[in-house]
Formats: sequence, structure tokens, C-alpha cells
Amino acid sequence: MKKNWWKILAVALLVYTVVAGMLTDVPRLAILNETIRNLYFHVPMWFGMILILLTSVVYSILYLRNPSVKNDVIAYEAAKVGILFGVLGIVTGMEWAKFTWGEYWSNDPKQNASAIGLLIYFAYLVLRSSFSEQQQRARISAVYNIFAFAALIPLLFILPRLTDSLHPGNGGNPGFNTYDLDSRLRMVFYPAVLGWTLLGFWIINVKSRLEILRQRLYETV
Amino acid sequence: MCLTFAVKGTNVLLKEILYLIQKDLVLEWRQKYALNGMLLYVGSVVFICYLSFGMRPNILVPPVWNALLWIILLFVSVNAIAKSFMQENRGRLLYFYSIVSPQGIILAKIIYNTLLMLLLAIICFVFYGFVLGNPVEDVPMFLLSILLGAVGFSTSLTMISSIASKAANSSTLMAILSFPVIVPMLLMLIKMSKNAMDGLDRSASLDELLTLLAINMIVVTVSYILFPYLWRS
Repeated sequence: MKKNWWKILAVALLVYTVVAGMLTDVPRLAILNETIRNLYFHVPMWFGMILILLTSVVYSILYLRNPSVKNDVIAYEAAKVGILFGVLGIVTGMEWAKFTWGEYWSNDPKQNASAIGLLIYFAYLVLRSSFSEQQQRARISAVYNIFAFAALIPLLFILPRLTDSLHPGNGGNPGFNTYDLDSRLRMVFYPAVLGWTLLGFWIINVKSRLEILRQRLYETV
Repeated sequence: MCLTFAVKGTNVLLKEILYLIQKDLVLEWRQKYALNGMLLYVGSVVFICYLSFGMRPNILVPPVWNALLWIILLFVSVNAIAKSFMQENRGRLLYFYSIVSPQGIILAKIIYNTLLMLLLAIICFVFYGFVLGNPVEDVPMFLLSILLGAVGFSTSLTMISSIASKAANSSTLMAILSFPVIVPMLLMLIKMSKNAMDGLDRSASLDELLTLLAINMIVVTVSYILFPYLWRS
């Protein structure tokens, strides 16, 4: 029970996010209107995705330093959960874009960057599935994971700042922080980020434990 | 003491790199079919584009002209660099494994591929401009963007080709793995070369230039660090 406090925290935070996110007062802004509640669902997906993919890369580096099944499995499962968060982030973002910008896909650099980022991780999955030998698969996909992450960082953080973007905080648009992320939004936004990220780590935890047990079972059978 | 070792180490590395580049050049020169194949590939692709656009020069608007050139260069480089690790046979790789350091190999391959890409890209640009018209106003700047493109494509594709060569269906994998990694670079290059085509002031492309250099440096450093792990298998 003592070790699982963070899981209880994750559930509590997510319940709070959903209830408070749907029911509390939000600032009335033109165009955004009620869709601003998507802030509690769309933005935490990206925070969560970056943190989870970072975990995946860290475990890939750990694998290269110390090749063990555990490091490889965690890196793989984290990449998969990162993809899940990325897809959810794109879907929630497209829904939001339809209501505020008028189109699902408006050729925004951040939308394009996230789509390319997902392509990188789909390629990672394809690369993994093309090896039959376990050690070789683990090492080479770890190398690609680190390489692709290093190539993804400029994409996500530098490119949108060089060109105009419809997202807040880019291309002359004011960021949420400057005026409209008022204290009422913050009250739900920060717990939401923490809650969704913890949920992601929980999924990684369960899935990698299951995978390690499954591999152990195959070894003994 | 430490310093002399370090200096000696870099000297050995440099010697290895020079030797390996020389070896690649000699090999390429002896088996001309690979180089001739790539030249013919460039020529055919450009000619196909010419035929597809109705055999009239100057029909393409500048953005399309630019995008088409870069797409041709992308596919040429994927094809040219894909073979850099696949063509080496097992015995030769084992031999290298015992005599040179992995850092030497990856740096030599990167430099060699850069030279190859530079040659192919310039030939492609000249032929393409000749056949489809040349609307570029600031040619030196455009050549600089082609130089950066050759360096950028060869750095990232060399590493990808060494990853792909380990897998079963390496030619498909080469394309899948490389496209997402190369897209940010390609977007920067297209923007920079478009500025050069329009003859904008050169300071307008400074942002792209610096970002491209930074991406190249990241990619070379990561390749330098990671290649030894690939090499071991």
C-alpha cells in the first residue's frame, strides 16, 4: 500500500480533473468559449508524451550501458505509451482546432511536427519487429530510439518558433501564460498534467511487468 | 602525459579516417557501376520530371521547381547512401573490426558520403536547371544550401543506413527510418533555397543556416557516440 500511493494520487487527480474540468467556471473568451476546457485534456497529453518518451530514451541509454531485459522492455513499453499519448494529443487537438481555427488540419507547424514525431516512433516499432534475435533487436532499436529522439527535439522546440503558428505562444500569438491562463484554469491544469502523466507511468509499469513475466514464462517452459 | 596520449589518439583517428576515405574512393573508382548507376539515376529522374511536365521549360512556378528539386535530391541520396553499409561483405567488415576503431569508420563514411552527395547534387542541379529552366537569382547562396543539404543528408542517412543494414528487409526500412528524421532538415533547406531563388537579402536565411548547422552537429555527435554499439553486432 505504501508503495502504491502514487497510483491513488493519479486516480484522485484524474477524477478531480474530469469533475472540476467539466463543472468549474472558466474564463469567457471570444472564439474559445467553452472549448477552453480542452486545455485540461489536450495540453497534458503533450506534457505526458514528452516525459514518457524521455523515459523511453533514458531506458534505451541504460540498456546500452547495461544490457538487461528489463531496460529494453521498459524502453519499448514507454515508446508505445508515448505513441498512445501522441495520438490522443493529435485527436483532441484536431477536435479543438475544428472549433477554434475552423479546420481539423490547418497546416500548423506544431501539428505537422507532432505528425512527423509519431512517424518516427511508428518507424521504431517497424524496426523492432524486423529482428528475430532478441539481443540484436534490443540494441539496434535502442540506438535508433536515441538517434530519433535527438532528431525530434529540434523539430518540437525549434521549428515552430521559427515559423508562424496558430498555437498560443508562437509566431506573435501570446502564450496562455501571459493573460488568459488565469488562476482558475491553473487550479485544474497543473493537477491534470500531473494526473495524466502519472497514469502514463502506471500503464508503463503494469505493461512492462507483464511483459517481463511473460518472457520469464517462455524461458522456463 | 594524458595530453600526449590524446594528441596521439586523434592523430591515429585522423590517419584511419583518411585511409578509409581513400579506400572507399578507390573501391568506387574500380567498380564504376555503382557511381555510373547513380549518375544514370539522377539523369533519368530529371528527364522523367521534364517529360511529365509537358516537355516545356519554365512551366514550373518557383516553389514547385524548388520542392521538386529537393524531392529528387532526397530520393537520390537515400538510394546512394543506402548501399554504404549494405555493399560491404561480411569478411571485410570482420577485417575492419579487428584493425580500426568504429569512430574512424563512421566519420570516414560520413565524409565520403558527403563528397559523393555533393558531386551528385551539383550534377543534379546543373542538369535540372538545364532541362527545366533555372529561375535561381542568388546562385552562390543556392549552392550553399545544396552544400548544407549534402552534408545534412549524408550525416543522418549514413547512421540510418548502418541501422537498416542490420535488419532483414533493409531497403524498405531505410526509407521508413530516414524520412521522419530528415523532414525537419528538408523543410529548412527548402525555405533557405527558396529565399536564394527569390534573391532575398542573405541575412534572411541566417536563422535557417544556423539551425541546419546545429542539427548537423547534433546528428554527427550522436552518430559518433552511438555507432560503436551498432558496430559490435
